Amino acid sequence: METIGVPRALAYYTYFPFWKTVLEGLGRELVVSGTTNKAILDQGVSEATNDLCVPIKIFFGHVVQLKGQVDKIFVPRLVNVNQGDTFCPKFLGLPDMVEYGMNGLPPLFAPRIDLCKKIRGWFDLAKMVAEALNCNMISVLKGFQQGKKAQAEYDSLLLGGYAPKEAMELMYTGQKGKASGAAKKPVGTIALLGYPYSLYDDFLNGNLLSKLKGLGVKVLTPEMAPPSDLYSQIRLLPKGLFWYFSNRVLGAGMYYLSEVNIDGIVHVSNFACGPDAMVNKLLELEAKKYTCPFLTISLDEHTGQAGIHTRLEAFVDMVRWRRQRACE
Amino acid sequence: MRITFPYMGHSHWVFRQLLSELGHEPIVPPSPTKRTLDYGTRYSPEFACIPFKVLLGSYLEAIELGAEAVVTTGGVGPCRAGYYAPLHQRILADLGYEIDIIVLEPPLRNMKEFYRQLRKLIPPGIGIGNLLCILHRAWVKLNAIDHLERLSHQIRPRELERGRTTRVFRKCLELIGAARTVSEINVAREEGVRLLTEIPIDREKELLKIGIIGEIYVVLEPFINHNVQILLEGMGVLADRSIYLADWVRGNALVPGEKDIKRAARPYLKELVGGHGLNSIGETVLYARRGFDGVVQLAPFACIPEIVAKSIIPSVSRKLGIPVLTLFLDEQTGEAGIKTRLEAFVDLLLQKKRKGAGAQWNQVTWA
Ligand code: SF4
Ligand code: SF4
Repeated sequence: METIGVPRALAYYTYFPFWKTVLEGLGRELVVSGTTNKAILDQGVSEATNDLCVPIKIFFGHVVQLKGQVDKIFVPRLVNVNQGDTFCPKFLGLPDMVEYGMNGLPPLFAPRIDLCKKIRGWFDLAKMVAEALNCNMISVLKGFQQGKKAQAEYDSLLLGGYAPKEAMELMYTGQKGKASGAAKKPVGTIALLGYPYSLYDDFLNGNLLSKLKGLGVKVLTPEMAPPSDLYSQIRLLPKGLFWYFSNRVLGAGMYYLSEVNIDGIVHVSNFACGPDAMVNKLLELEAKKYTCPFLTISLDEHTGQAGIHTRLEAFVDMVRWRRQRACE
Repeated sequence: MRITFPYMGHSHWVFRQLLSELGHEPIVPPSPTKRTLDYGTRYSPEFACIPFKVLLGSYLEAIELGAEAVVTTGGVGPCRAGYYAPLHQRILADLGYEIDIIVLEPPLRNMKEFYRQLRKLIPPGIGIGNLLCILHRAWVKLNAIDHLERLSHQIRPRELERGRTTRVFRKCLELIGAARTVSEINVAREEGVRLLTEIPIDREKELLKIGIIGEIYVVLEPFINHNVQILLEGMGVLADRSIYLADWVRGNALVPGEKDIKRAARPYLKELVGGHGLNSIGETVLYARRGFDGVVQLAPFACIPEIVAKSIIPSVSRKLGIPVLTLFLDEQTGEAGIKTRLEAFVDLLLQKKRKGAGAQWNQVTWA
């Protein structure tokens, strides 16, 4: 059976269930790289151009993990998912950066995902997949049907507060974890905003999510905001951002600020991330409008867990204190 | 209206004329200095790209000079440039400046909006014929500047008296700047050509050929790139620049041309990545084909498309045997550092040239 390696990085956190269903339905065996660790990060850092942001370096590291183990490596080119925006140019050029930036790789499976023209886009995608994997269109299109179902299930779990790992465990092993988000008597509600590949990669962010929960706060992420609300917030701006994940982060921030009673925003940003320079400033200005406490955590390959935790603790203390003062 | 505009390279000579002929008072931002950059850096996000910071700084300086509005171009992504204007506006508003930013988005995208913005600039008294004349004059001026600049880059590396070309070229700009009508501009252009070609040069001198590629703002603005082109020319290099002002206008306002560049890039990068990312790859390929000795890539620190390009260029470089030096520029970049790296690069190219094509050479360059 042909094996396809899936790097556990970048879009994995968002679209894995769809592709798992499709590719397994087409008789492929998937090999997912392990969770990010020091070795993966180091490999990524040494393989990738050093000016790249850390999530891309981590992606490179995961590709290295899969090298030699699989027949093909899945490196999707995400262009448009029909929300009126596109992706960060590093997503647009990802397969080329991997192909020309790394040596000794097996062939890439790099479908170009452009669903700008909805039906046409799906059709073209199916054609590409069929060609790349040498199977017939009908089975690919059928696979897409199944895949969309799996994806919808996954998305609704995320919406309900499951982190990707928990959601996938529930879907694939039937293990019932508890939706995270909720602490019993939260000391406050914090919107934790960032790209899925930053928020849900525990190694990259030093276990930020569980740390926050451990501090007794209720955590809301962009994945827990209804997509339609999120986009109606973006439409309030004179001009939306160009990048899918960035719009989700900004829209979620605006949604939580205006519609939900939050006590603070933590923006998890990536060092030297182009889009984040803008997202961060816009979020800061939005938060200022609502006089909502705002903390930026910028991740890079040297960010220590200890440093992050100290800053989170201080922030949560401040939030709690503000809350008490408001009650008195 | 007192209107200012983005400062970039020599473009202000053109904008100045354009705005005043439309009946506005052009507020020419001072050419960027350390102060501009300090201003811009202070109020910009840390990882905003350097053009964003310089522009914000120069808007602030222009506001001090009394500017009431800014006219600039928009964009539809995928890179950040198209979002400069909304964010500049919000940052300025946050600082308490209610300045109007007139954004000319690509007309093909939203004709009505383009027209609405344009109306703000064009007073009702000006008829379409008159408007076309004004635009034509601006275009002629722009091309005259480009023409003379290209010529100056041919001459400077061969000049016998250090610094002469730069002085003469400055004179040329003044001549062109003072010219108003098309025929005056043409006369000034001829005069400029005459002045430049009169500079005594060493015709026999052997020159290295280096192509300069990269993100348009840092390529065109000598303050940010620390005069890279002139520095190279001082080292006996014929430095060919891939981008001139007219290219910028074409790219921003009109149709995307440059088919050959895109075709050359295709085998390596199959997607448009915004900015000049694809161009940087295509131009590297073309410079290699034209027998250039090397390429210098200029990129703002954290510039997304140029980083994408940079991660692919080593392959291009190896395959086609053309060394590439990438310089990332930010507010901390100093001229001394740039100069040292350029000198080392030029030395390497000279060695390579003397030895003939050397294979080991290729591994050194893309640091
Ligand atoms: S959005 Fe930022 S973090 Fe994500 S790939 Fe682009 S530059 Fe990197
Ligand atoms: S191309 Fe580079 S400099 Fe221009 S907007 Fe994009 S990131 Fe900034």
